[in-house]
Amino acid sequence: MATSSVSKGCFVFKPNFKKRKISVPVGVNVTDHDLTFRSLTEALQNNVTPYVVSLQAKDCPDMKHFLQKLVSKLMNCCVDEESKEESIQVTQKKTFCSMDSLSSWYMSVTQKTDPKLPRKKRTSSSQWQSPPVVLILKDLESFTTKVLQDFIIISSQHLHEFPLILIFGIATSPIIIHRLLPHAVSSLLCIELFQSLSCKEHLTTVLDKLLLTTQFPFKLSEKVLQILTNIFLYHDFSIQNFIKGLQLSLLEHFYSQPLSVLCCNLSEAKRRINFLSENQCENIRRLPSFRRHVEKQASEKQVALLTNERFLKEEIQSLLENLHVYHTNYFLVLRCLHQFTSSLPKYPLGRQIRELYCTCLEKNIWDSEEYASALQLLRMLAKDELMTILQKCFKVFKSSSEKQLGSTAKRIEEFLAQFQSLDAEAKEEEDTSGLQSKGLQKTDLYHLQKSLLEMKELRRTSKKQTRFEALREKVVNFIDSLVREYLLPPETQPLHEVMYFSAAHTLRAHLNAAPRIALHTALNNPYYYLKNEALKSEEGCIPNVAPDICIAYKLHLECSRLINLVDWSEAFATVVTAAEKMDANSITSEERNEIIHARFIRAVSELELLGFIKPTKQKTDHVARLTWGGC
Amino acid sequence: MFIWLLIMNFSSLCSALLLLFRLAMMSKLELKEDKMLEVQFVGDDDVLNHILDREGGAKLKKERAQLLVNTKKIIKKPEYDLEEDDQEVLKDQNYVEVLGQDIQESLKNGSAADGGNKVYSFQNRKHSEKMAKLASELAKTPRKNVSVNLKNDPEIMINIPQCSKGHSASDKVQVKNNDKSEFLSTAPSGIRKRLIVPRSHSDSESEYSASNSEDDEGVAQEYEEDTNEVILSQKIPSQNRVLSAPVCKGTPSKKMKRDKTSDLVEEYFEAHSSSKVLTSDRTLQKLKRAKLDQQTLRNLLSKVSPSFSAELKQLNQQYEQLFHKWMLQLRLGFNIVLFGLGSKRDLLERFRTTVLQDSIHVVINGFFPGISVKSILNSITEEVLDHMGTFRSVLDQLDWIVNKFKEDSSLELFLLIHNLDSQMLRGDKSQQIIGQLSSLRNIYLIASIDHLNAPLMWDHAKQSLYNWLWYETTTYSPYTEETSYENSLLVKQSGSLPLSSLTHVLRSLTPNARGIFRLLIKYQLDNQDNPSYIGLSFQDFYQQCREAFLVNSDLTLRAQLTEFRDHKLIRTKKGTDGVEYLLIPVDNGTLTDFLEKEEES
Repeated sequence: MATSSVSKGCFVFKPNFKKRKISVPVGVNVTDHDLTFRSLTEALQNNVTPYVVSLQAKDCPDMKHFLQKLVSKLMNCCVDEESKEESIQVTQKKTFCSMDSLSSWYMSVTQKTDPKLPRKKRTSSSQWQSPPVVLILKDLESFTTKVLQDFIIISSQHLHEFPLILIFGIATSPIIIHRLLPHAVSSLLCIELFQSLSCKEHLTTVLDKLLLTTQFPFKLSEKVLQILTNIFLYHDFSIQNFIKGLQLSLLEHFYSQPLSVLCCNLSEAKRRINFLSENQCENIRRLPSFRRHVEKQASEKQVALLTNERFLKEEIQSLLENLHVYHTNYFLVLRCLHQFTSSLPKYPLGRQIRELYCTCLEKNIWDSEEYASALQLLRMLAKDELMTILQKCFKVFKSSSEKQLGSTAKRIEEFLAQFQSLDAEAKEEEDTSGLQSKGLQKTDLYHLQKSLLEMKELRRTSKKQTRFEALREKVVNFIDSLVREYLLPPETQPLHEVMYFSAAHTLRAHLNAAPRIALHTALNNPYYYLKNEALKSEEGCIPNVAPDICIAYKLHLECSRLINLVDWSEAFATVVTAAEKMDANSITSEERNEIIHARFIRAVSELELLGFIKPTKQKTDHVARLTWGGC
Repeated sequence: MFIWLLIMNFSSLCSALLLLFRLAMMSKLELKEDKMLEVQFVGDDDVLNHILDREGGAKLKKERAQLLVNTKKIIKKPEYDLEEDDQEVLKDQNYVEVLGQDIQESLKNGSAADGGNKVYSFQNRKHSEKMAKLASELAKTPRKNVSVNLKNDPEIMINIPQCSKGHSASDKVQVKNNDKSEFLSTAPSGIRKRLIVPRSHSDSESEYSASNSEDDEGVAQEYEEDTNEVILSQKIPSQNRVLSAPVCKGTPSKKMKRDKTSDLVEEYFEAHSSSKVLTSDRTLQKLKRAKLDQQTLRNLLSKVSPSFSAELKQLNQQYEQLFHKWMLQLRLGFNIVLFGLGSKRDLLERFRTTVLQDSIHVVINGFFPGISVKSILNSITEEVLDHMGTFRSVLDQLDWIVNKFKEDSSLELFLLIHNLDSQMLRGDKSQQIIGQLSSLRNIYLIASIDHLNAPLMWDHAKQSLYNWLWYETTTYSPYTEETSYENSLLVKQSGSLPLSSLTHVLRSLTPNARGIFRLLIKYQLDNQDNPSYIGLSFQDFYQQCREAFLVNSDLTLRAQLTEFRDHKLIRTKKGTDGVEYLLIPVDNGTLTDFLEKEEES
């Protein structure tokens, strides 16, 4: 987070009779910024100064409002500790405010609180006699330049009695400061730049902490993860929304999957297995993954699994254990593979671990072309690269205490040792070759060329690998075998339904709905909702028995910007009378016309409510279409 | 000539199509036309079918192409977003795939039934006659097995007078009456729709044509000018296209794509640029159907038996099963928004009665014209929190409420808002305030939206305040309540409201003032048959009032009038001669009622 770095920044830089300005470029995302700035404010308030004010551009159209807002917020933020009556006085005073009054207020306040300061041992007191005022401008770009310039110039005059630190939130690039402020103004500032973390890094952290760990049993299936990351990357860049999506999938999983009772940590799940009801057992037997598992067993065991409840429960227990082990291995190998692939040129398997994870969830990764090309690239790695990667992998494996993969760590250690010994040998070789080259030194250019050519020929013809190449091949094969053994997609695991949430479409329907298309479908194709055979029709055409509003809508699509109500109502009447033909004999035609007219009125006013048309004065008895095109 | 006309019509048919298909079509058409020349005689119906088939093919292709364009756009956009990020490889195809898969998967969610290409497709230039045509087509559809009348369908009859007139004027083509059927194709896109309809012309709409053709005789003359223009404007571009077609034939596909998008843009401006819109000039007055008031409308509609009640019930039951889920999700900090066609008021009402009985809840009818955020906040502070004080501003009130709810976590409140997107609540400030309310942990919001563009109310910030979960609830139930307050186009505002307010205001006035007002009413009623009546001039009024001993100076009269004006009982207008005219902006029926009541009391 930017907070810690910013608060640190406040101490490092000396005043220099300049105002310090710290700018935090934060990027396009809006929703998370509030959180960032809120935590920044809190951090500042706790560590640096009680006087932290944040302003937004929409509050400050001009200098007067700017100051007013500043004064009222500043005074509010410190009177919290003091008596309430004072705050009332303050708010009444706010009609008149200037920088002078502000600095005199500041003097009085700091003198009042001065005795307090040493007791609280504020770190800031070592540099300033009194804590500075921090002003946060969340959205620098939307402030008017004049207000900013004026404020900076004015406050620079008062800097001695009114120490001020500005924090700008910048969504674009830092150059904007110089665009907004002329040199004369920006030279009054002492600018320090802090880059907040990109939201994608936050995403990686969230995924790393929540999904790529065995700590939480709940997992997302490939499609769900894909949808959530896509909403994040293509729609809003908002971690908050991503977390909301995670929450919703958690909720949906536990709400809709009856077997989610077993989705908890292993010991708890084992306890719960014993209490499974008959119904739940039956549910488990019906799970497709479990059925596949059963089919693989011997016939006696099959019978036992399907009939004996006790036997089933034991089996479930062992299956859950297997699943747990599978996950532990899975994530270790995944991280290890990520170490290898994340540094390859062009990133055939993606740069972020989440992309790798998605591919692995989706299918057998070793069947994919990208994997093959990645392996090929791995076979061309230089030694030092390979060694650093191996060291990282070694750390990954070391971090886990799992026994199965303990041997893997050992294998990697061996590889590393071999590489090092290779190093030593290479040095020796170098020494010898160095001697040789000394011998060659005295030849002339022609001979040198010749010998070089010979060496080249030699190298090409002799396919014999060097020892390093052989070792590299070994390492790559080793990694490949690890992947093939442990990175099986979760669908292959029995009972994966317990842990994995896969109803991607519900997630999408609730998070990223398309109300306009729903409306369109309802109006164009009522059969989609009302499963009545009478409503069945070909594409682009609706039967005349459809709901009134659908008919009116369909008719209005035929018009351009203006619609004549009379024409419309006549057309409507034609359709509706045709539909009613059969049962209309009972009432008189006049009455029927009245009713049809009433129905038309209703349909029209409903369309108006939905925003398809609006009344217009361009022509009498006309309405204007508000949409153009199909909807 | 027969064939020539056909060619003409074909080119006009194409005028609305995209360039790409225009090219394809033109070449195809030329081929076909060659073939046509060999044929000696072609029956009317064959010709029609021919046209229809071809149009259909083109239409299909067009749609597919638009789909392509759309996906292209989807893919492109994110690339801009991520430009600054160090060339991370994003799997665009995957994204599109996932979207596509979802569309197939989502069985419950109707939203995805067909992709966006249709929803956002472009509107062709529409012809004035098309609605009537489509209507008669729609009227036909279900009765497929009624005896087929191939000779002359009455609908075609209707069109002849106008079309032939238009043509004869503009094209100087001598038209004989027996060439009727070709002219049909002058309304290009009207036919386009028909290809789906099997050509079964029943007698069922003979009634329609009868009723219509009377009008049409009259209207046709009015139309003549308009139709001429239409035909001309259609002709010119189409001819240009014929010329340009061979030139562009060889363009590579890339260029075509660009052309296509620019063509879409062109179409948009074509549809919107011309200030003149061609519609018929008929008015409702000619229809002799009086404006209904709310009450009669309701009575009439109650006689209509709702169709598909079984299916509707099933739909509703489906949604009712979600109630407990909603409740859970509300409690977990999400807020719920319902969308989809049909009034969701009953559904929410049932939700309220089934699950919210035991909790404090506030129901807000957003469609009510008098609703405002202030009144929502007031009802929360006064009814829910029992606070009697007043607040300086809405924001103060909001702060107070927020603090109250934050302090006391045992406090819970359900907010049900019907039509969150109504006129009164859709403003930015209102939405901000409601959003802030809903973001509180112990205020649960469930709302419905209906308007087509309702989601545009919320930017990212507001959406994160609301924390919506979207639920599609298409009910098809009529918006009875929602539209009843609306100042609807065809519904006469019932007189009851103004009448009662009239009596109320008048009762509080002095007898003299009442007398003044009565004078004005009488004068207005006396002149109600005079169409050029613009009001009673102030001088005349003063004279009359003086004669009736109601006022003694024009100052007193002016004081009275100010009073009336404040209550919106009268309106003043400056006439052309600069004299002030006074008018009561209430319809005459109400005024008569009022006078009768006055005399009774």
